[in-house]
Amino acid sequence: MISTDTRIPEIGVATPAHRERLHKAWETPAGLLGFLTTVDHKKIGIRYIVTAFAFLMIGGIESLLMRLQLAGPDLTLLTPAQYNVLFSTHGVTMIFLYASPILSGFSNYLFPLLLGSRDMAFPRLNALSYWIYLAAGIFLYTGFLTGNGPNDGWFNYVPFAEREYNPGLNQDFYSLGMVLLGISTTVGAANFIVTTFRMRAPGMSINRLPILTWGTLTASAANLVVVPAVSLAFFLLWLDRQYGTHFFDTHCGGQPLLWQHLFWLFGHPWVYAIVLPAMGMVSDGLPVFCRRPLVGYTIVALATVATMILGFGVWVHHMFATGLPGLGMSFFSAASIVITVPSAVAIFAWLATIWNGRPVVTTAFLYFSSMILMFVIGGVTGFMTASVPVDWQLTDTYFVVAHLHYVLIGINVLPVLGATYFWFPKMTGRMMDERLGRWNFWLVFIGLNVAFLPMHLTGLYGMPRRVYTYREGMGWDTLNLITTIGGFILAAGMLLFLVNVVRSLRRGLPAGPNPWDAATLEWSVPSPPPPYNFAVIPTVASRHPLWEDRLQEEHAKSSLERGLLLGRGREVVATTPLDGEPDLILEMPEDTIAPFLLAVALTLCFVALLLKLLVLAAVAGAGAAFALLFWLWPRRRLGEREPVHD
Amino acid sequence: MTTPLSYLSASGGQARTILPLTWFTLGVSIFVCVAIGVCLWLALRRARQRPWPLDMRSVPVERGGSGLRWIGIGLALSAVPLLVTLVWTMVALAGAQTPNQTAMTLDVTPHQWWWEVRYDSPRPNETFSTANEIHIPVGEAVRVRLHGADVIHSFWIPQLSGKTDAIPGQTNVTWLQAQQSGRYEGQCTEYCGMQHAHMALEVVAESPDAFAAWRANQLQPAQPPATATLQSGKEVVEYRCGLCHKVRGTRAAAVSAPDLTHVGSRRWLAAGTVPNDPGHLAAWILAPQSFKPGTLMPPQQLQGQQLADVVAYMATLR
Repeated sequence: MISTDTRIPEIGVATPAHRERLHKAWETPAGLLGFLTTVDHKKIGIRYIVTAFAFLMIGGIESLLMRLQLAGPDLTLLTPAQYNVLFSTHGVTMIFLYASPILSGFSNYLFPLLLGSRDMAFPRLNALSYWIYLAAGIFLYTGFLTGNGPNDGWFNYVPFAEREYNPGLNQDFYSLGMVLLGISTTVGAANFIVTTFRMRAPGMSINRLPILTWGTLTASAANLVVVPAVSLAFFLLWLDRQYGTHFFDTHCGGQPLLWQHLFWLFGHPWVYAIVLPAMGMVSDGLPVFCRRPLVGYTIVALATVATMILGFGVWVHHMFATGLPGLGMSFFSAASIVITVPSAVAIFAWLATIWNGRPVVTTAFLYFSSMILMFVIGGVTGFMTASVPVDWQLTDTYFVVAHLHYVLIGINVLPVLGATYFWFPKMTGRMMDERLGRWNFWLVFIGLNVAFLPMHLTGLYGMPRRVYTYREGMGWDTLNLITTIGGFILAAGMLLFLVNVVRSLRRGLPAGPNPWDAATLEWSVPSPPPPYNFAVIPTVASRHPLWEDRLQEEHAKSSLERGLLLGRGREVVATTPLDGEPDLILEMPEDTIAPFLLAVALTLCFVALLLKLLVLAAVAGAGAAFALLFWLWPRRRLGEREPVHD
Repeated sequence: MTTPLSYLSASGGQARTILPLTWFTLGVSIFVCVAIGVCLWLALRRARQRPWPLDMRSVPVERGGSGLRWIGIGLALSAVPLLVTLVWTMVALAGAQTPNQTAMTLDVTPHQWWWEVRYDSPRPNETFSTANEIHIPVGEAVRVRLHGADVIHSFWIPQLSGKTDAIPGQTNVTWLQAQQSGRYEGQCTEYCGMQHAHMALEVVAESPDAFAAWRANQLQPAQPPATATLQSGKEVVEYRCGLCHKVRGTRAAAVSAPDLTHVGSRRWLAAGTVPNDPGHLAAWILAPQSFKPGTLMPPQQLQGQQLADVVAYMATLR
């Protein structure tokens, strides 16, 4: 994108001819080739969402099987080996293949629309990120389906994961799958960061970003830092297993705790990475239904960043029982207690927003507001485990299972379901059914609480985690039965959600551009948005461009109808990182098969490594290099090559 | 209600130091949930149901109050319990440390899926091994050194002591102390493979006299068999069980499985998997895999008489 040309871009209003031209430039052709080559962030976003949702369903089915096994003492529905693979796969699926990708999906779809742009900063990288995610998911599930699923929990502690105790391919599938998935996460994170800083509409200074953008930006920055730790850990494990290195092998001076540090150094920031964007959804969605701006925008945005920074200093609270020195642990304990403060900021901001607003009840609103209480329950139990001595009793019991499900369902699943009701009209042009929505909400909400509220007590009565069965007389029988019943209610709610989506796709009421009368830029374009998103690039003067006439707070007014036209091919404007002043005209890349080819070659390479077919791995690696070469080949149209002067 | 592994009550030592803090944080947590729940409910009571399809534009948009006071007051109120917990945590952490003076030291080595317990003593002839059942004198603090042998396990006697991991390559230390005599159950709490679920242990706290008697008995080798039946049982134990197990005073001398010298004195078999009575013992010997799939103990193809002899002999190992 280096160009010496300068050009004064045209400013004007959109004409039908202009739209026609943009449509031609940005449209992805139909058919298989279009499917494989598209770099449209909206298509990729929806793919992410659909794929992640499929994994949510699969992970849910796994949990139902486990709940049947645990419904009573000494049941024999599953063998211990099956149970252990199921609980591990359930964790891997929900955490890696659902919770993070679903947020990537929403952010992918929404970022350019929220920011007033026409695409992500790196559209081809975006496509690559999706294809590799899909490939890693298929890779991991190939292991599961061939009887080689992960069997050491998602945390995968050594030495049990070492070959001596775990001779099958289970851990090799998991290790290599995670390294592959790490590539997807990393490139996706880089894309979100650059997009946030450079791809905004003119005037959208950093203090006008929607909170969702803050959440995803923060989470992405964290991912860039911590994903290498876990990729390294899994790579070292694979070397230990297949090439006889001794990173974790105590017989030769290796360190089991090295694994735990590398894993949790990643694992805990990751927990925040899979909730902060979802908290952003609530911060952006809830005020729309309260008919007022979010209370405390600046504090909430800063709290988002603060959470992440503190989040780097809490990983040892997963390791309080490993015999680390008390003084060292007390720092991590203090950090884990202090991190409740920025989370509390969000809670109080949301409460104040509802309290000071005129709330309108919709299904999306029910999800966004009820998640506040679920967040509090998950939060206070997290605060309990932050205290080292208390954690010595709580850790590895069902209390922690209850805690993490309140966190992940409360702060990830509920906002995501709410966000679906909220943005589904934008994505499809149709409203979701509200009557089904109420049933769906109440089943999910009741199911969640029936399943997981009593589980705190199961934990306090001492039921250890990760046991495939338990004997009578421990005080856990009734509680477990209740949890199983709750699990099935929750599942019924999720099924109803699926029914609602499918039904509404065909029969939903037409939505129009702004069915909720919301305030941000995505609602200023038609539903579903055209391939180019914005016919003219808007100029933004406040956080609430569509509410300006009613709030009457800013002197200047956003200009949505009149702005940069940028109609010569795939053009967008790049703005400065903080102030959002127009800076460059970017030529965006056309659709290309390169990301798909690169993903296929990389996946093939990982399959070859798994099977230790090193020649094939080398060939696939060369294929990946060629795909990269093809990708990076300078193109004159993008200004990557000097024009031929005459 | 007290259940075997509940940690809402404590019987001594480290667990007793922790318990008040557990109740305090639990109380604070419940209070916070209720308080926020009430605020949320009161706020939501003002919400309106509107006819569908919605006409959102008919509901005016306005900023109303700034609402920032909520955040300020909320944070100020939250700071108090957080600070108290922080200080109390540090105090409890110091109080929960292993005391410098302990009555004795145990070396506990968890294996997949049982507990090896070695009673240490400055005099070698006073050390001995047992499995899955720890006896301690009431009131005395007992130091427990945890050694890692295969994978990571975690030692937990909820009524007496929080969890401490046993990790290969390092030795962790924790301690036990019981105020009242009784049986306290424990359980491995770090996932350790196929039979993590069946890896229980038990601490028996008894009066100093009873403990001394128990210890003196444990130091004895197995009684020589008194009858022909017992003799035949002993022979089977020596050439079958002795490949992995040890019975001191016989030719069974392997150490890769629980020491059986006084197996008859223990309440459970196979780390809390089946009760220790003749019927379960016979069944366990014949088909351990059906009780504990994956256990390293192979099924024993014994004929009826052999089995009866073995069970009879093992009943004498008290």
